Amino acid sequence: MSELTTIHKWYWVWDFEKEEEWLNQMAEEGQLLDGVGWCTYRFRNSLPGEYVIRLDLDRNEGNFHELLADAGAECIGKVFKWAYYRRRTDEGPFELYNDIDSKEEYLNRIIRFIGIICMLNLGIGLFGIGAGSPAAPLNMLCAVLLAYAIGRIHGKKEVLQKERKLHE
Amino acid sequence: MNEAYALTETTYYILLALYQPNHGYGIMQKAEELSSGRVRLAAGTLYGALNGMCEKGWIIQLPVESGSRRKEYCLTEAGYAVLDNELARLEKLVNDGKKVLEETI
Repeated sequence: MSELTTIHKWYWVWDFEKEEEWLNQMAEEGQLLDGVGWCTYRFRNSLPGEYVIRLDLDRNEGNFHELLADAGAECIGKVFKWAYYRRRTDEGPFELYNDIDSKEEYLNRIIRFIGIICMLNLGIGLFGIGAGSPAAPLNMLCAVLLAYAIGRIHGKKEVLQKERKLHE
Repeated sequence: MNEAYALTETTYYILLALYQPNHGYGIMQKAEELSSGRVRLAAGTLYGALNGMCEKGWIIQLPVESGSRRKEYCLTEAGYAVLDNELARLEKLVNDGKKVLEETI
């Protein structure tokens, strides 16, 4: 019988790599991600290192999902815009982005997405301040946090760009 | 056709893999086969590159045949030309390198 474990954990949006690392460390220890929810991760027992987990900002395009399925990847679930995939390790290395161009394009997509939500919060917050809404400071706080997130992800992009000066 | 710029390894191998029409997963397999297992195109990398190459007009999507659910891509005239130019450029690189190394010996 496979046992199910639920863990609640919070990751800041710029820490998606750390989140993925943690999920893979769990898989290494025989705890395979089997379901996701808001700050919620469900695991089932598996052979240690049987699967590799990858996170993606979902493209919402059928063609891409088909390609992933053809390549043997399985979608575990989605939270908001983040999709969680797994693939058996015996099918070879599993990465979603493995050259500098596509890694940079991926970060750009994340920045654009966070940017939209940041602007929405800023807009609602400013409007709320004018209208005396009690929720306005919360929107402003979200906007500040998201702007900070964009800064952090920009930092990741700069690291890639430096690498590109010497490598393709 | 952007002759001044070198192609990335990803773009080069996708063009090679599309010398015959192929679908997404087929391109992954072909690139791996052509490079004796060295080039593994990640799904997100391949998908983004295919979209970019369609926009540039180097490849096109073939109409989906009834009964088949996978979209196939093929090279356009421009795509063949880009591949020819890149091959000529790479040959030059290799020859230049060899010349220098042979002179040293």
